[in-house]
Amino acid sequence: MGKRIGMEVAVAVAEAVGLCNIDMAAVYPITPQSHIAEHLSDLVADGKIDAEFVTVESEHSAMSAVIGSSGAGARSYTATSSQGLMYMHELLPIASAMRLPITMAIANRAVSGPLNILNDHSDIMPQRDSGWISIFVENGQESIDMSIIAFKIAEHKDVMLPVNINIDGFQLTHMVEPFEMPTQEEVNKFLPPFVPHATLHPAKPVTMGAFAMSDYFTEIMKAKDEALKNSKKVILEVWDEWAKLFGRSYKPVETYKADDAEVLMLTMGSMGETAQMAIDELRAKGIKAGLVKLRLWRPFPFEEIKAAIKNAKKLIVTDRANSFGGPGGPVFSEIKSALYAEVQRPLIYNYIYGLGGRDVPVGDFTGMFEKVLADTANKQADTYEFWGVRE
Amino acid sequence: MALKTWRELPIGCVVSEPGSASEYHTGSWRSQRPIWDNKKCIKCGICYVFCPEGCVQQTEDGFFVANMDYCKGCGICAHECWPRAIAMIEEG
Amino acid sequence: MIEVRWHGRGGQGAVTSVELLAVSAIAAGKYAQGFPSFGPERRGAPVAAFTRIDDKKINVRSGIYEPDVVLVLDASLIGLVNVLDGLKPGGKLIVNTAKSPDEIRKDLHFSGTVATVDGTGIARKEMGVPIANTTMIGALLKVTGVMDLDAMKESVEHRFGRIAQKNLNAMKRSYDEIKISN
Repeated sequence: MGKRIGMEVAVAVAEAVGLCNIDMAAVYPITPQSHIAEHLSDLVADGKIDAEFVTVESEHSAMSAVIGSSGAGARSYTATSSQGLMYMHELLPIASAMRLPITMAIANRAVSGPLNILNDHSDIMPQRDSGWISIFVENGQESIDMSIIAFKIAEHKDVMLPVNINIDGFQLTHMVEPFEMPTQEEVNKFLPPFVPHATLHPAKPVTMGAFAMSDYFTEIMKAKDEALKNSKKVILEVWDEWAKLFGRSYKPVETYKADDAEVLMLTMGSMGETAQMAIDELRAKGIKAGLVKLRLWRPFPFEEIKAAIKNAKKLIVTDRANSFGGPGGPVFSEIKSALYAEVQRPLIYNYIYGLGGRDVPVGDFTGMFEKVLADTANKQADTYEFWGVRE
Repeated sequence: MALKTWRELPIGCVVSEPGSASEYHTGSWRSQRPIWDNKKCIKCGICYVFCPEGCVQQTEDGFFVANMDYCKGCGICAHECWPRAIAMIEEG
Repeated sequence: MIEVRWHGRGGQGAVTSVELLAVSAIAAGKYAQGFPSFGPERRGAPVAAFTRIDDKKINVRSGIYEPDVVLVLDASLIGLVNVLDGLKPGGKLIVNTAKSPDEIRKDLHFSGTVATVDGTGIARKEMGVPIANTTMIGALLKVTGVMDLDAMKESVEHRFGRIAQKNLNAMKRSYDEIKISN
């Protein structure tokens, strides 16, 4: 097992990708992702990795370039954030429909306007239905691990789908913190060479991304849906394999002191560890609080979520984005939908928080629990609220 | 040909048979067809060059014909033919 | 856990210092975080950077509001920003200045520990530049005792290469020359 080292997480992510024998990267820099782009281009320029770094003129071009190179059979990587991801938007469902196992890091950042640059999840949420596997990470170690694991999941013959890894911008990307970096030998052992399902090659010509009319479009959408749902089995297998090799285990849904909890909170991304501290404080006061952390956003882990929250009386779903004019936060509506058919289900509260980089100290999490516990008449259940908003 | 089910689709809907678009006879769209008057034709080949479908072919005697499986009847050949050897006539 | 807030100006290297300190603490077997105040930064504008060091895993990911130590890289910021904001009772203030600790104490009406060293003067003499970010790490280590000065050697060498030794010399001098008034 590797020695613990300290490094900025964005740089470490580029280092980890550098261990993955990539053939090509096309990354357009954007805050707070830029350090990934910069360090990866350093690794290529210094000859430390044998890959092509394509300096594209936009994120639209970056995604187009990795679609092309992945189609040609090259292991391809990109990374972006916020407006860059929005600019890639129209290409994301093409990458997944063409079943190209691209991997992409997203340094999550608020979407304009107003222009902001700091962390929330409003960039990834509009991409939810693009047909990508979507994973949220909690700390630096997980950012590195998932950056490596993503290639194996994406390129598995039963998956062949693009994967995005959501790394909270600044909160994670700009943090110098400790982690273990796998060695080149360990990664070589874990990650087999990329075997594409088809390649663009003159010796064996094929057509990719062909036109399809109404006679086939429905079947193609069904096939994509099944592919994404079936990917969960492989994701679980690959995470198990990682746990055996590296001793760090990952599950679609993690829980903390949740078994006997009466009130649960659900978080995604880097807020999980801070929320954990709030649970400890509440437990010390005799309050049966617990935490559920959602790691796998797509394919959505319905069974694991139901199992994790079935015994709670109240559930606080936290969201880092909003669906304007809709039912509340996107995670909230997903969880409600997952529980609709359950006979026994908790009352659900939704707090939209940490928008545009607003800091969330431990006291905010305990405050949410206290507010929900004080709602003895359950009047605020099934509603959403912008936590901490100035009235 | 029976349409495939979703289970039968290749991964990513890759078309593994090159040139299979030639099975699609775009000539079925046509409402007019080009007719060559070889008495006026000077074998310059401008119809061959301009045909957007690439369906104009040169015969052994040097004159030109269109493959009616693919000719959409757009009339560009007739428009470009400066000796006016090509006329567009109604189908059917 | 010890929490430190650094005050400097954009370009004075506060972010580099928190990175070096965190990397060194982690290499020494501790847990640490080093991070800038998130957002756009401009050369010359007041900036803050943060360090957390602990013997066990650090879970908190929010900002530092009640630091144990405040380190001021540029004394001209005093009066411009409230460097004492949130400093814990009994907290420690370290200032890069030629003034004595008591003068700073009087200027700020602060009753806790005050430590001063002419970091810029040392940096100018040892490295030929008036940039005191690495120099002041020595002062911080002396005042907090959070780890040995030797622990900085590897990360400074990795970062600065052939000018590493000058940085280490300056760090050692500020470690030795810092004046502490409790």
